[in-house]
Amino acid sequence: MSLDKSDVEKIAHLAQLGISEVDIPGYADNLSSILEMVEQMNAVDTAAVTPMAHPLDAVQPLREDRVTETDQRERFQAVAPSVDDGLYLVPRVVE
Amino acid sequence: MHDKTLAELARDLNSGTYSSEELTRHYLERIASHDSQLNSYITAATDAALVRARAADEQRAAGEAGPLTGIPLAHKDIFCTDGLKTSCGSKMLDNFIAPYDATVVSRLNEAGMVTLGKTNMDEFAMGSSNETSFYGPVKNPWDTGTVPGGSSGGSAAAVAARLAPAATGTDTGGSIRQPAALCGVTGLKPTYGRVSRYGMIAFASSLDQAGPLTQTAEDAALLLNAMAGFDPRDSTSLDRAVPDYSAGLGADLTGLKIGLIKEHFDPGLDGGVADAVDAALAEYKKLGAEVVEISLPNTHLSVPAYYVVAPAECSSNLSRFDGVRFGYRCENPTDLADLYKRSRGEAFGPEVKRRIMVGTYALSAGYYDAYYIKAQQARRLIRDDFVRAFESVDVIMGPTAPSPAFKLGEKADDPITMYLSDIYTIAANLAGLPAMSVPAGFVNNLPVGLQIIGNYFDEARLLNVAHRYQEVTDWHQRIPSGFE
Repeated sequence: MSLDKSDVEKIAHLAQLGISEVDIPGYADNLSSILEMVEQMNAVDTAAVTPMAHPLDAVQPLREDRVTETDQRERFQAVAPSVDDGLYLVPRVVE
Repeated sequence: MHDKTLAELARDLNSGTYSSEELTRHYLERIASHDSQLNSYITAATDAALVRARAADEQRAAGEAGPLTGIPLAHKDIFCTDGLKTSCGSKMLDNFIAPYDATVVSRLNEAGMVTLGKTNMDEFAMGSSNETSFYGPVKNPWDTGTVPGGSSGGSAAAVAARLAPAATGTDTGGSIRQPAALCGVTGLKPTYGRVSRYGMIAFASSLDQAGPLTQTAEDAALLLNAMAGFDPRDSTSLDRAVPDYSAGLGADLTGLKIGLIKEHFDPGLDGGVADAVDAALAEYKKLGAEVVEISLPNTHLSVPAYYVVAPAECSSNLSRFDGVRFGYRCENPTDLADLYKRSRGEAFGPEVKRRIMVGTYALSAGYYDAYYIKAQQARRLIRDDFVRAFESVDVIMGPTAPSPAFKLGEKADDPITMYLSDIYTIAANLAGLPAMSVPAGFVNNLPVGLQIIGNYFDEARLLNVAHRYQEVTDWHQRIPSGFE
């Protein structure tokens, strides 16, 4: 799969990733060669193979539904870029 | 003191030859005087380390010391440490002080170990040379013009240069074993689910596993004893009893069946590395083991499958870095989309961006089956090859990495060439198997690693197989010049 400039722009948008205009051709080349390498998988017929989600076929453990964590809001918000009165602040979304 | 193993340090601390405070001070001084040559640490814990060392000495005086009490170690900067910067090698987390400890860290703290600091690493553990770190590359202590491997390159270099007696690492595609090989230390990636991933910053959740980097297999056993075990806070942690990994060390290897991976002796393998592996196998035969050639016919699918699964999972995991709740935020965002895009665009390096984009593409509408499902199918074929092999052999061996340490900058501009540095290590991650790298010689004065892969939960056997080899060889005892 060879990707062009518009493919890279679309992927970067989906990933919410700002990339500069000058870097786009480089990413298009890199991503195309990575996908080409990945497509070596296509040489093997896997139609009858069940995809493997876990090497030991483990399943998610369940536990009793009860509160296990205490409120540590202040502690966790101490590392936030911008908070006020317990709320995370971001630029205005609704005018 | 710094030429000693954990086992020897424990004996000296017990006999009162020196205190934990003296030992910790000695390592902190070595870091201060030697690490400018290597850049193996991002953060040194200085004062906090001495406080913990004094507490360990008090514990010992009270007769409450365990086998690891008062012994210093370094943590890869991917493990959250309460109150100590946890950067994951990224500008994104350059300002991040974790509000809690990773389970690996809290377990080793409970065992009385003293954190010396946090080691350098490839950004978000994505790299095989430690050159993607926001904090600059780590140099290999055997030749500072070469890379230490990655992503746990700081941990491997610090242990090799004796700037820490041991360190933690994580291994998603070879990130413990490959740097261990390139720096001449012992590294163990346990079975997937053996060690808790809680508080270990996630890269590819179905592959990530934490383990020790040490001088010896005996030390790796000591650390794994403390690190391993079920953790209800990690939903993929497996609830199985943890054996005493030290108990079986020294057991006879007579009759051990070693499978040698035919496919790993390919044209990409350096001749000197192949010779070192052959010489190691000759040692094992002298120890009574039998060597048979085995085939893993789907092993060539490992790198392609990995570069779908790992980026796909990384693109999902790294979506949490949004500039809102923690980590880097861009200046003066105009709106929410600008906040997300510029914060992520400015704080992630090029390799992290590449992998996020590959993963985003592989998971996007219309491509999911062709890439992600296909890779998960290939993954089962790779796993089944190992399952079949372990019906007739006890352990599997081969080279850890295709060459000794390469030059800084040599592969930095070519992602695919860099990815092939992990060609022999990735399969064990895809299959979830435990695997080690042990020092097995030198090529052009650079260390070579022997890889030993075990069956699920067979870490005790792996450690003994490595230990017996280390009893009859001294590769693991060599110290790079300038760091003696």
